[in-house]
Amino acid sequence: MSEENVIAEIKRDYINNLIKRGKRIDGRKPDEIRDISITPNIIETAEGSTRVKLGGTELIAGIKIALGEPYPDSKDKGVMITTAELIPLASPDFESGPPRPRAIELARVVDRGIRESGAIDLKALKVPGSDKVFVVFIDIYPVDMDGNLFDAATIAVISALMNTRVPAAELTAGSETQMQDFQLPIKYYPISITGVKIGDTMVLDPTQEEEDIAGARLTVTTDVDGNIRAMQKGRIGRLSVEDIDYMVECSIEKGKEIRKLLMAEEKPSVPSQYPVL
Amino acid sequence: MNKEVKLLREDGLRLDGRRYDELRPIKIEAGVLNRADGSAYLEWGSNKVLAAIYGPRELHPRHMQNSMKAIVRCKYSMASFSVPDRKRPGPDRRSTEISKVIGEALESVIFTEQFPRTVVDVFIEVFQADAGTRVAGLTAASVALADAGVPMKALITACAAGKVEDTVVLDLGKLEDNAGQADLPMAIIPTTGEIVLMQMDGHLTPAEFRKARDMAVNACYQIYEMQKDALKRRYAAE
Repeated sequence: MSEENVIAEIKRDYINNLIKRGKRIDGRKPDEIRDISITPNIIETAEGSTRVKLGGTELIAGIKIALGEPYPDSKDKGVMITTAELIPLASPDFESGPPRPRAIELARVVDRGIRESGAIDLKALKVPGSDKVFVVFIDIYPVDMDGNLFDAATIAVISALMNTRVPAAELTAGSETQMQDFQLPIKYYPISITGVKIGDTMVLDPTQEEEDIAGARLTVTTDVDGNIRAMQKGRIGRLSVEDIDYMVECSIEKGKEIRKLLMAEEKPSVPSQYPVL
Repeated sequence: MNKEVKLLREDGLRLDGRRYDELRPIKIEAGVLNRADGSAYLEWGSNKVLAAIYGPRELHPRHMQNSMKAIVRCKYSMASFSVPDRKRPGPDRRSTEISKVIGEALESVIFTEQFPRTVVDVFIEVFQADAGTRVAGLTAASVALADAGVPMKALITACAAGKVEDTVVLDLGKLEDNAGQADLPMAIIPTTGEIVLMQMDGHLTPAEFRKARDMAVNACYQIYEMQKDALKRRYAAE
């Protein structure tokens, strides 16, 4: 199915009229982000993992580490590979099969934010005295889709990377350079903020219904110093220069708040409907 | 692999301290997802599984429709990080076969004739695997179907038994599965005792088979109570 869902005309009008008055269907203000719940270390078979709930959207990111070859143009650096699977369990709009453009866009936008901010210290992932490097596999699985996968995925991935142990002892066993396990070195904490244009208003952290009727979408990823690290305009629709400036401003401000949650010892946790995941 | 993995301890208990006929701890939660029509989350030992149901809904393409009944379409898959060595995402021969036998087991209790030309989609995603994922997935999917309100003759319950060090044991753990001599996953309709899924590999004498089968069937009745309990908790009056 396409990214466009059929939505009742009456609902479309309702959402549009509310937004003209600065209101949203779930009671939020246009620049308000839904409650975020971050639960790290939920998968024992993964080297790192986190479940994130962003309102009704829920997503799991898992990290696996393997030994592999570096890219020919950066032989002293480890490798990161990001994949997203839009499994049909998460939404009636997702279909099984090979990754479609939508899943690839999600993985690549999250990847860019992490990669371009230098979040992972890839130089620390070279195996000393060997041609090999550690490969970081980042896998994203939405399990409940209510809009804005980009931001939920970025939070989940950066949190999962923060709790990733590199199983170096096992991976280098028997080789010349026997290493000890170590914590994956994280240098920066990129956060993305996504908005969609409904009528003349930029609406942050859209729900599924809002995405269904929206025009253009813009994702802006910023770092701790307030610099821009990745951007993506998506969907059919137009943005003004003012819209873009506004989104950059929002991303820096909201990014600070989310980064605070990420770094907090006690993660904000909406009472879970089910035990561990 | 070590030369000789010792699966039974001196005191007759298994490596994880279970008796030969003891299940691993099981937790079931019904109705955990918003988007799906029905869902269930299940932990069984270290297995972590989500099941979601969509439907009965219109089936596309139309030539796949059956004008007499609903099609039951099951997809079992494992997350890339659910196993020690990263699994490549996407279907493989193993998960395709498991999807087929689970879907057939579920179809045997669904009133498919009430929903001609539709499809009931069953999605099972294993996020953490520890042997016995197909019985865990099927047990969760059955609860999810009930949560979705899909008309069914009964719930289905699944469990495996097997053989380690010449002893028939219930519900093999990962080490037991890897180094064991036989595995017998089964699913039954607890209300009738009929069997709707059975696979086996390894080596069992006919006597051992009957013992393993009875052990798995008996355990299914324990798990059936947990399934019903999960649904009652979900739909209990406040």
